[in-house]
Amino acid sequence: MKPLLVTPAPHMKSKDTNARVMLDVLIALLPATVAALFFFGFNAVIIILTGLISAWIFELIALKLKKAPVTRADLRSASITGLLLALIIAPSVPWWMVVVGTFIAIFIAKHAFGGLGHNIFNPALIGRAFMVASWPILMTAWLKPFDAIATATPLATVNPAPATYLQLFLGNVGGSMGETSALALLIGAAYLFYRQAIEWRLPFAYLGTVVVISLIFRVDPVFQLLSGGLMIGAFFMATDPVTTPVTKPGRLIFGIGCGIITMVLRMGAGYPEGVCYSILLMNATTPLLDRYARGRIFGYK
Amino acid sequence: MSKTFPGGIHPSEHKKRSKKEQIRKAADPKIAVIPLCQHIGTPAEPLVNVGDIVKIGQPLGDSERYVSAAVHASIGGKIIAIEPRLTPFGAKVLSVVIENNGDQDVHPSVRPYPNFKDLSKTDIRKIIRGAGIVGLGGAAFPTRVKLQPPPDKVIKTIIINGAECEPYLTCDYRLLIEQPKKVILGLKAIMKPTDALEGIIAIEDNKPEAITAIQKAIDEEVSHHNLRVAVLKTKYPQGAEKQLIKAITKREVPSGGLPADVHCIVNNVGTAVAIAKALTTGMPLIERIVTVTGGSISEPSNLLVRIGTPFSELVEQCGGFLEEPTKIIMGGPLMGISVPSIDVPVIKATSGILVPSKKELDDLEPEPCIRCAKCVDSCPQYLLPNLLGDASENDRFDLSKSYGALDCIECGVCSYVCPAKRNLVQLIKLSKNELLRKK
Ligand code: SF4
Ligand code: SF4
Repeated sequence: MKPLLVTPAPHMKSKDTNARVMLDVLIALLPATVAALFFFGFNAVIIILTGLISAWIFELIALKLKKAPVTRADLRSASITGLLLALIIAPSVPWWMVVVGTFIAIFIAKHAFGGLGHNIFNPALIGRAFMVASWPILMTAWLKPFDAIATATPLATVNPAPATYLQLFLGNVGGSMGETSALALLIGAAYLFYRQAIEWRLPFAYLGTVVVISLIFRVDPVFQLLSGGLMIGAFFMATDPVTTPVTKPGRLIFGIGCGIITMVLRMGAGYPEGVCYSILLMNATTPLLDRYARGRIFGYK
Repeated sequence: MSKTFPGGIHPSEHKKRSKKEQIRKAADPKIAVIPLCQHIGTPAEPLVNVGDIVKIGQPLGDSERYVSAAVHASIGGKIIAIEPRLTPFGAKVLSVVIENNGDQDVHPSVRPYPNFKDLSKTDIRKIIRGAGIVGLGGAAFPTRVKLQPPPDKVIKTIIINGAECEPYLTCDYRLLIEQPKKVILGLKAIMKPTDALEGIIAIEDNKPEAITAIQKAIDEEVSHHNLRVAVLKTKYPQGAEKQLIKAITKREVPSGGLPADVHCIVNNVGTAVAIAKALTTGMPLIERIVTVTGGSISEPSNLLVRIGTPFSELVEQCGGFLEEPTKIIMGGPLMGISVPSIDVPVIKATSGILVPSKKELDDLEPEPCIRCAKCVDSCPQYLLPNLLGDASENDRFDLSKSYGALDCIECGVCSYVCPAKRNLVQLIKLSKNELLRKK
């Protein structure tokens, strides 16, 4: 008989793997992707394909340079970054800008910080922030769905609610490709909850804070919830495990912080889209929250 | 409503294979290897010499020290060696080796005691000490010591742990169904010397037959006003002492404290039965129930096994292997230990022999932590296993300490849920050992 394997317990593990976790996120992004293709047609096809393919290429180059093995989890994580980036930019953006954005996301925001699991900032958001800083005009050239005519995002208009709630909910408004349809995003989020891939604390603290602040300052909370990148931000960006706190109180604080910063930017700074920067800012607090916002340990008062 | 604790996991149970198998007596070993230290505490000193002929139940070793336990001959025969032998834990431990001579007579020291009612508190403690009884759930802590908490602690509740939350194992389940009266007697025997007010038998809700059997046995007791069954949710680690107490009493054992701090003592079903046997027949702990199971075992069974029987003989009596074993585990899959050889003997702590098939063992390589916090959300001790793991990896034992490494109960839940397949418990144990060493 060959020698027995002696390994530490446990000898039984869940079927969950990193690759499976990533696959769940990709599946959950499907409805939003379909919505983007539906509303923005050919532009969306180009941007999404560019995002995905360039993300894979940059990921492979980065891993090659590091002499690290290429795992399924790596490729899927790159797909998430590429797809997310494509979904949070305007449908009129030229393809080469997407390539630059993906490069920043994968190379700088992810691998320069140590790669999967070590990055501090959400790569897709860094990619987008870089693009907005570099090409502010092109990045906000929103298109009206279906007919590719330039329009404004509802949030940027002085007079709120030119779009009806239903339009906002379905996504039939100007905006970034994948963030306009709250319905599609909610379907994806429901799947993530069903798979227990995300936990309620963070997204609901975020959305709840937005509602509370809206009520206090007498702006329309439904409009605030449904417009801009809030839905995709709350359910897909602020729940990115790597860049958000692991502690339970930390997750609550992170969500509340995102809500406050989003509303400050939306209402105070005359800056319509606060979601991206609010999450990035809160990303920076994650190490601190993990360190100091710890919960109670069993057996302590 | 079934009670439970926060956190935990729901692994697949795998109990079907052996659940319906009635306990059957395993053949006595040809050669029994009986380690002198099968418990937590000071090893026993040998009381016999090579060449001696011993009878069943004869003491082989004992110790003057308080935290220790006696060991006894589980078969009659000749002592052919007293030497260090390999045990399931992988270390060599001084052991008494008996060659079976087929003698079924018991040693004269094994005598039935008078009626339970007439036994004093001291008698009961003495009998339990003399019978070498230790916690049979796997911890093997001397029971006698457990039954005498510090004098300033008042014991109100005795809990018999019948949760059996580890997948695959069914030995406690079978005892609950087949010997409920002994479980109750054991419980009463623990309540007496501790002056406990109530006795509770805790069973998970996936074992309705066991709940019925115990409830029936309680109802048949003449005086049963202070005995009851607590039905618990089926969840791992429901049978961990602290989580069990939390589920039943809502009280938390303080960090670094004992169950007695919240007025409880917890004992395993097997321990209660061993106590009952010692009190009625005088027979010390020379045998226990072992579940032999797993995808590689032809006929999974629950066996009554003499201590010192090699694992290999039991596997043979269960129809042998279906495929060549890769790993043999003593205990359950979540907290059990993998043994170095199939020839190691059954000891008091052997609740199961689990031989998984290759399909059941899918050990994947660890990947980077993606900070998904699944480990955090499942840890029954509310720890941050991922950060504890990081601290161990970076030799930051100061951080491990402040993150509560010493509060880890090593249940393995974090390693189980981790999608990155990190060996979190092992990392945390490293920190614990380092911190305990420095203490
Ligand atoms: S479960 Fe694993 S991957 Fe997730 S946070 Fe814990 S250690 Fe990291
Ligand atoms: S950290 Fe310890 S107590 Fe918590 S799940 Fe892991 S092994 Fe169990």
